[in-house]
Amino acid sequence: MTRYFTQDHEWIDVSGTSGVVGITEYAQSQLGDITYVDLPSAGATVKKGDAPCVVDSVKAASDVYSPVSGTITAANDALGDAPELVNTDAEEGGWLFRIDLSDPAELDGLMDKAAYDAYVAGL
Amino acid sequence: MNAPNAAGWRPELGETHLAGDETFTGNRALMLEERLIFEIGDATTTGVDLDVAPAAPSMLGSLARTAPIGLPGLSEPETVRHYTRLSRQNYAIDLGLFPLGSCTMKHNPRLNEAVARMKGFKDVHPLQPRETVQGALAVIDELAHWLVTLTGMDSVAMSPKAGAHGELCGILAIKAALEARGEDRKVILVPESAHGTNPATAAFAGFTVENIPANDAGRVDLAALQARLGPDVAGVMITNPNTCGLFEPDLKAISDAVHAAGGYVYCDGANFNAIVGKVRPGDLGVDAMHINLHKTFSTPHGGGGPGSGPVVLSAALSPFAPLPYVKREADGSLRLVEEETAGEDQPDSFGRMVAFHGQMGMFTRALAYILSHGADGLKQVAEDAVLNANYVLRSLEGVLDAPFGHSGPCMHEALFTDDGFAEGFSTLDVAKGLIDEGFHPMTVYFPLVVHGAMLVEPTETESKAALDQFIGALRSVALRAKQGDPALKSTPHFAPRRRLDETLAARKPVLAWKGDKAEG
Amino acid sequence: MLGVIGAATVDDLFVDVPATARLPGPVPGLPLHASEMAVERHFASLARKNKAASDHPFFLGAGAYKHHVPASVDHLIQRGEFLTAYTPYQPEIAQGTLQVLFEFQTQVARLFGCDVANASMYDGSTACWEAIGMAGRITRRKKAVLSSGLHPHYVSVAKTMARFTGDQLDTATPSLGGTDMDRLIGAIDAETSCVVVQYPDVLGRIEDLSALSAACQAAGALLIAVVTEPVALGAIKAPGEMGADIVVGEGQSLGVGLQFGGPYIGLFATRDKYVRQMPGRLCGETVDANGKRGYVLTLSTREQHIRREKATSNICTNSGLCALAFSIHMTLLGERGLRDLAALNHAKAVLAAQRLAKLPGVCLANESFFNEFTLVLPKPARAVVHELAAKGVLGGVSLGRLYPRVTELEHGLVIAVTEVVSEGDIDALEAALKEVLA
Repeated sequence: MTRYFTQDHEWIDVSGTSGVVGITEYAQSQLGDITYVDLPSAGATVKKGDAPCVVDSVKAASDVYSPVSGTITAANDALGDAPELVNTDAEEGGWLFRIDLSDPAELDGLMDKAAYDAYVAGL
Repeated sequence: MNAPNAAGWRPELGETHLAGDETFTGNRALMLEERLIFEIGDATTTGVDLDVAPAAPSMLGSLARTAPIGLPGLSEPETVRHYTRLSRQNYAIDLGLFPLGSCTMKHNPRLNEAVARMKGFKDVHPLQPRETVQGALAVIDELAHWLVTLTGMDSVAMSPKAGAHGELCGILAIKAALEARGEDRKVILVPESAHGTNPATAAFAGFTVENIPANDAGRVDLAALQARLGPDVAGVMITNPNTCGLFEPDLKAISDAVHAAGGYVYCDGANFNAIVGKVRPGDLGVDAMHINLHKTFSTPHGGGGPGSGPVVLSAALSPFAPLPYVKREADGSLRLVEEETAGEDQPDSFGRMVAFHGQMGMFTRALAYILSHGADGLKQVAEDAVLNANYVLRSLEGVLDAPFGHSGPCMHEALFTDDGFAEGFSTLDVAKGLIDEGFHPMTVYFPLVVHGAMLVEPTETESKAALDQFIGALRSVALRAKQGDPALKSTPHFAPRRRLDETLAARKPVLAWKGDKAEG
Repeated sequence: MLGVIGAATVDDLFVDVPATARLPGPVPGLPLHASEMAVERHFASLARKNKAASDHPFFLGAGAYKHHVPASVDHLIQRGEFLTAYTPYQPEIAQGTLQVLFEFQTQVARLFGCDVANASMYDGSTACWEAIGMAGRITRRKKAVLSSGLHPHYVSVAKTMARFTGDQLDTATPSLGGTDMDRLIGAIDAETSCVVVQYPDVLGRIEDLSALSAACQAAGALLIAVVTEPVALGAIKAPGEMGADIVVGEGQSLGVGLQFGGPYIGLFATRDKYVRQMPGRLCGETVDANGKRGYVLTLSTREQHIRREKATSNICTNSGLCALAFSIHMTLLGERGLRDLAALNHAKAVLAAQRLAKLPGVCLANESFFNEFTLVLPKPARAVVHELAAKGVLGGVSLGRLYPRVTELEHGLVIAVTEVVSEGDIDALEAALKEVLA
């Protein structure tokens, strides 16, 4: 499994053609208390850069962009009752959706952890 | 929960023991706690005295109600107390200075309330025969004349119910005009300092919204806008004076460029109060502008409406104005142009936006304000509003960062930022600190073009003495934020409630009272 | 003040306004200021040119109803702390407005038989369109089927909006012969987002919505019920009880008054599961830093000032003061008062209908009604209304006014009879109508 990061502060864990997407620790710290997550439905197809998911805090609603193209296979239903998981465990238990990648070559444009950390440090 | 029991007591404190500053009832002298009507009323109490229904057969078919509704009633004295007590938990213009930027909280003259309550206005049905409502139509016609003349425009659509509804009216007129030209222009340009309603409105009407950046002086970047114009651009939505409280000196140049490229200019008139009687937007090339009667013309905000948002239109857009509107006949009588005769009177109208004819109750109030002030008084309204805002700006720029203070005078509102506050202190803390000083806070976090915005709009209502007290209070609170006074973080201390948990409210929404169901 | 500012004159503060656009004096062509007495006199003279409902036998309805509003309602809404407050964005000093909104939302939800209601909208017609838009978002479909009994202005508003949003509307003109329930059920297909039905309808008829609700549910469409006379729900079943998914309405009947058409108050209620798709402001319960119960505006991420181009609606202002008036009137009534008021309206309307239908050539078009019914006259009703007005009787709304050029409807006269109508008023209408029709 390999983890990649985007400039929009999503992460994706990839094994073969299946991926798990969430937002980064940095992103949740910027958003503040998450109050609601509008999750995508399984079966939906998305293109890289689409926003299948929205994360609400008290004062803002932020789109979550899909780092890759593919088909949504599952969403993290635990967030329905406990959206705060995105705050407390953004990069593990607070994952948002699973996706079956249609074009793994899209991963080439993403950052690894070291590159992302450097990117955040420069913000 | 730290609340009185059903009897309004807090027996856990003990009958004689009053710990610290707690009281037995939870009240504090004139600060009275008030429970919900669902907790104090019941299904058998009523505060109205009705005639007894005569005997008659039922024509309700099989649909007569059998289930209880669950509505509590209170007697008249209980009702008057309930709402009077609740009212005292509100801040209001009638209590003091209300410097909420971009909202224009000016005094609401009571003459306006009196005329709106004349029975010839408040007790008239919208579908009465026209010969029985000539006075009501005359109010609409007279107000329309003032609005068109004050703005130097061609016509006015009176029916929109509020500012955002007026925006929609203007954008739909633009869309209809483009359709009539057979053009499918998709893009509306919106400066980044725009009201949040602007992009929402444009998107609703099916346009794609593109942002135009601001320049260092807080104005629309004219070059960037000109560079983006083209055959796909339907128009621009621009706010003038803008949301930083600054006049857009290039508006005429912007209008000319947009018109040359085949587009239309929508001006958000939320801030018209700064220039009313001084400048006519029609002279600056505007094609459509809504006017918030509840801002510029003093109709009361009512704790969140009702508003009213008539839209003035240029000659280019007038043929597309919505129904209905008032037309003066050759014999001097007035009639409403509705669907029936629209084919002859207004064949290109984009249609109806509301049932009936708009916010009559707001029209009477606004017209009373306008007639009281006259062309000379309205000019002074703008001048005094601008004078007051500049006085605030220059009195506080030594303490608070004023991002555009260098670029010259502001219009009716003064913009400051949180630059220089101690680590961990925000504009929110200043806002809550002002509450304890007896003021409503200024607008915070808006406009978005600067970080940590604080937008102060004193309006023409305030005297110099009132401004000086406010300036002193804001200076003091700002200094506390700069010095990092920890007590400021927990303000307000003296309001009916301390800071409320908005995260809890949004995570676990409780939007209706269900106490009886939980207990039942 | 100018000294502190560093300006010589007030005009110097307008330096950013191009000189060519700056007016040298007051706007030409407009009068100068006037005294309070002069303004009052002017309005009094205009007000006298209108025939006020309370001065005449009065029978108009069709979406706006004259009810008696207890004196304490207007007294309370004129308290400056309500009248001159802003939208409650600073909840610590707006608990009065917020608690009222929370109570209002609960009252509306219960009246409509729904789980949750918003803090009000502009009016019934805009609430109706917003409901159609919401159904489209939930179902991701674009076709709405509108009942022929839906108020024609509401239909017009929906048509205006749909033209720009690309929604498809299936509409029909009403018939004096009966409602179009069969047409509605037949029109539902896999593309239908919602069916919109007015209850009671524009001719005053009341119909069970249960079968329609079942048909909607089977097709994955939503049922939207529109109530223009909320007092009716003191006497008849709530739409929510019969399965409506969204119930909207015009709340003017309670507390607000006629006001020549506005400001009114849009009511909007739905099921808990759709709350995040609901437009408009919402007030919710929470606690403060000391653990005391309090109220805030919440779920605001649905709204335009945060979502900008992705908002559920572009609506900003609600109808706060009218919500207050509605809520106070409803509190004064309570369950018992509302049911008594509804019973009084119905009884008076039934007795009036019985008398008027006995006039030569006149018949009643309704099999059922609450406080409003449609008479079929022996001649076009439009002219009759003007002749009645000349006799000092404001005698109803002609279907010719509501549906111009629909000849099948031109003999229809819609008559509302509320608690304010006296026996003498009915005598006057009966006598005047008899003369006009003779």
